[in-house]
Amino acid sequence: MNETIFISILMTVVGASTPILLAALGELVVEKSGVLNLGVEGMMLIGAVTGFAVTSVSGSPLLGVLAAMIAGTLAAMIFGYLTLSLTANQVATGLALTIFGIGLSSLVGEGYVGKTVDIFDSIFPAALAEHSFLRVLFGYSPVVYFSIFMTVAVAWFLKSTRPGLILRAVGESDSSAHSIGYSVIGVRYAAVAFGGAMAGIAGCYYSLVLTPMWAEQLTAGRGWIALALVVFAAWRPGRLLLGAYLFGAVMTFELHAKAAGFSLVAPEFLAAMPYLATILVLALISLRKSSGSQAPASLAKPFKPST
Amino acid sequence: MAFITRRSIIKSAAAAATLPLVGTGAWAAGPLKIAFVYLGPIGDHGWTYAHEQGRQDLIKHFGNKIETTIVENVAEGPDAERVIRNLAKQGNELIFTTSFGYMNPTLKVAKRFKKVKFEHATGYQRAKNMASYNARFYEGRAVCGTIAGHMSKSGVAGYIASFPIPEVVQGINAFTLAAQKVNPDFKTNVLWVSSWYDPAKEADSAKALIDQGADIIAQHTDSPAALQACEQRGLMAFGQGWDMSSFAPKAHLTAIQNKWGVYYIKRVQAVLDGSWSSGDSWWGMKDGILEMSAFNDRIPADVQAAARATQAAIIDGSGHAFDGPIIDNEGKERLAAGSHLSDKDLHAMDWYVKGVQS
Repeated sequence: MNETIFISILMTVVGASTPILLAALGELVVEKSGVLNLGVEGMMLIGAVTGFAVTSVSGSPLLGVLAAMIAGTLAAMIFGYLTLSLTANQVATGLALTIFGIGLSSLVGEGYVGKTVDIFDSIFPAALAEHSFLRVLFGYSPVVYFSIFMTVAVAWFLKSTRPGLILRAVGESDSSAHSIGYSVIGVRYAAVAFGGAMAGIAGCYYSLVLTPMWAEQLTAGRGWIALALVVFAAWRPGRLLLGAYLFGAVMTFELHAKAAGFSLVAPEFLAAMPYLATILVLALISLRKSSGSQAPASLAKPFKPST
Repeated sequence: MAFITRRSIIKSAAAAATLPLVGTGAWAAGPLKIAFVYLGPIGDHGWTYAHEQGRQDLIKHFGNKIETTIVENVAEGPDAERVIRNLAKQGNELIFTTSFGYMNPTLKVAKRFKKVKFEHATGYQRAKNMASYNARFYEGRAVCGTIAGHMSKSGVAGYIASFPIPEVVQGINAFTLAAQKVNPDFKTNVLWVSSWYDPAKEADSAKALIDQGADIIAQHTDSPAALQACEQRGLMAFGQGWDMSSFAPKAHLTAIQNKWGVYYIKRVQAVLDGSWSSGDSWWGMKDGILEMSAFNDRIPADVQAAARATQAAIIDGSGHAFDGPIIDNEGKERLAAGSHLSDKDLHAMDWYVKGVQS
């Protein structure tokens, strides 16, 4: 295998991993606050269609990304209002949000099917971005660098900042956090909003970078992989980064192995790998429950302040 | 697209009774009610879009003699049965179900509604009131193959395929055989993505195939994502289902377009004449059910002429996409020189010709 192939495989892996990483990062923060939002796929689709529509009208991909984040946040706020203010069941509401997102995005996107926009590509000078070797570092859309930055930022936020600790406290024991005066609902709203924004930008990565077009259900189930990834990573941002690239690599190598003519295992098996890996990790986590790396204790439990 | 209640059926029956001379039955008085069940949205620019164009042709041809209803985005499976049953209940007399996965649901409903006529696309099950129809897509693939044989510099094509059903296998083989008539060493590298529609995976598959040496991409999946990947890399590709050149003006060489309208017009005419009967139709380019979309200007004139010649030979019957001799990719001779594969062999095709790597 020569180095050109190696570099293009690497770049394809980055392309496949980035949106999963972004969506999973958002969901990680949401789950750390004790909320389970299964609507990632729906929010991604809403982000994807909004990003595409705004870019196609305004001609500015940056505006498109911004709009995608806002749209994702708004969708998440519907979920927030139902589950946090009205204490609706989070699982059911999350699933409903996905179904809603699929429907809404195809309705909004109807007029944009069959159109295309300029790809939201590397902002580095062509000498770097198209260099035969250096493109492995500089040849990506700004969204890719943003995803790496956000991983570090989220890790730092959760580990070393006061608001981060409060968020984790809310997720571990909502009643204790409430009794020492933190606004459980407020913190969870903020987390859900963040999750929506990240899902929105993850969605528009598909419609603006990977395949610059809009088509119904463009994300084709990647939101579910992002959800699985959060569990796979045992709610740790560092592992999330590794996991995202591992999932991305599995998805890409599957294709390359087949294209190169190796067929060691059935393609269906490779396609199921991310999910199998997640089940395996879940099983492992539950085997060593005492180690303290498992799910936030208050995950998916509705909280009603007892005032 | 009105929903017919029991009361309105009674009413129209009463109306017919008062005008006994207008027609032979209650329904013959009004326009023929026809329904279409679509897999995707009309705007998918591929499969469903092509069927919708066929319906538009019907409306243009028959005007107010017919009344059509459509249901989009119907998932294959139990949901389809519910939709089809409702359409039958609502008084539609002819129902086109336009995807392979609607076969069993259509058959079930057809057994319940003996007076309603059903037409199912791309399946193999039939009933007295359920016909099946399909197009010989592989003929168009042969035209693409001729172009690919001339245009490819590496002599390797990438082929993004959905599922290994005969229809897809025929396409891969026809494409490869035609390309090998131009370049005997031509190879087709097939990548199965196990989906009809997954834009991100289709794009990544195109990239993987390109990295493995392909410089021209054909696809049997529905999104234009692979075309976009080729556009970005400055390579070439063929559209699927309908002209997709708006997504990749430079890369898009041509596409096979499905002109279902010719079939729909014939079948609706048969219902109006009372001559409709069940059966299987497998039409090809000579019947006008398949067309090639406009050739890209980057295809040199002599290559365009060669492609037109392939097409003309298929249409006038002097050439067949599966003319012998055909050797499979395990070296076995599948067909001797001087004949071509029968439809029965094509329907059961589960092997690949020499030069296909899958």
